[in-house]
Amino acid sequence: MTEFTPVASLIGGALIGLSAVLLMALEGRIAGISGIAARLLPPYHKGGVLSRLGFVLGLVLAPLLDALVSGAPVVQTVSSNLPLMLIAGLLVGFGSVYGSGCTSGHGVCGLARLSPRSLVATLVFMAVAIATVFVVRHLA
Amino acid sequence: MSFIVNLLLGLLFGVGLVISGMADPAKVLNFLDLAGTWDPSLAFVMGGAVIVAFFGYRVVLGRKRPLLAPDFQLPKRSAIDGRLVAGAAIFGLGWGLGGFCPGPALTSLGFAETGTLIFVPAMFAGMLAAKWLARA
Repeated sequence: MTEFTPVASLIGGALIGLSAVLLMALEGRIAGISGIAARLLPPYHKGGVLSRLGFVLGLVLAPLLDALVSGAPVVQTVSSNLPLMLIAGLLVGFGSVYGSGCTSGHGVCGLARLSPRSLVATLVFMAVAIATVFVVRHLA
Repeated sequence: MSFIVNLLLGLLFGVGLVISGMADPAKVLNFLDLAGTWDPSLAFVMGGAVIVAFFGYRVVLGRKRPLLAPDFQLPKRSAIDGRLVAGAAIFGLGWGLGGFCPGPALTSLGFAETGTLIFVPAMFAGMLAAKWLARA
C-alpha cells in the first residue's frame, strides 16, 4: 500500500509542467528526459551536450534541495531484485529512445501539444505497463 | 549560461518528481496495479503537469522565438508507425517491471539504492543500443 496523495501529486505535477514550459520558453526545447539523457551518449550531433548535462545534474541534485527545504526524508522503495532491475533498465532505455519518448516527452509535453503520436505512445506504454504489473502481481 | 538554466530547470523538474511521489517506484507500481493496491495519485501528477504545460505552451509557442535560442525545436515526426508503437510497448514493459521511468530513475541516483544503481547504467546501455540501431 502507498498513501493516496492527490494534493502533493497535483502540486508536484504542476512543477514538472512549469519546468517543461520554462524550458520551451527559454531554450525552445521539449522536456523529454529520455531524449535529454540519450543526448549525453554518442553518436553526438549539433552539440548541446553541456546543457543536457546541466538538466540531468539538476534532476540528480533535486532530492537534496527538497530535503533542505522540506526537512523531511524522501520515502522510496526500490526493488532489490537486481536481475529484474537490470532487464527493466535495458527495456526502459531502449524503448524510450526507439519510441522517441517516455512519460515526460510523450506523456506530458506531447499530450500538452495535442500530438496524436504522443497520445498513441502514451496509451500503449500505459496499457503495457498496467498489463505487466497485473501479470507480475496477480498471475505469476 | 545554458548550463545554469538547464541545471535550474532540472532541479525544478526533479523537485516536482519528489513532491509528487513519482520518484518512488512503489507508488508508480501501485498506480499501475488497477486490480490490487491501486493508488490513483499519479493521475494527479500527469494531470497537473499536462494542464500547466498545455496552457503554458499556448502562451510560449505564440511567441516568435525562445528567449535564449534562435528557434523552437519541436518534434518533426508525425507518422504513427511500428517503431513508435514497438518502442512505447518495450518502454511500458520495463516501466511495469521496475517502476522507474528515466526522470525518476535519475532523480533517485543520490539515494544509492542498489536497484537504482543497476537500473540507471542498464537504461543508458539500452538508450545507446536504440541510438545505434536507429542510425543503422
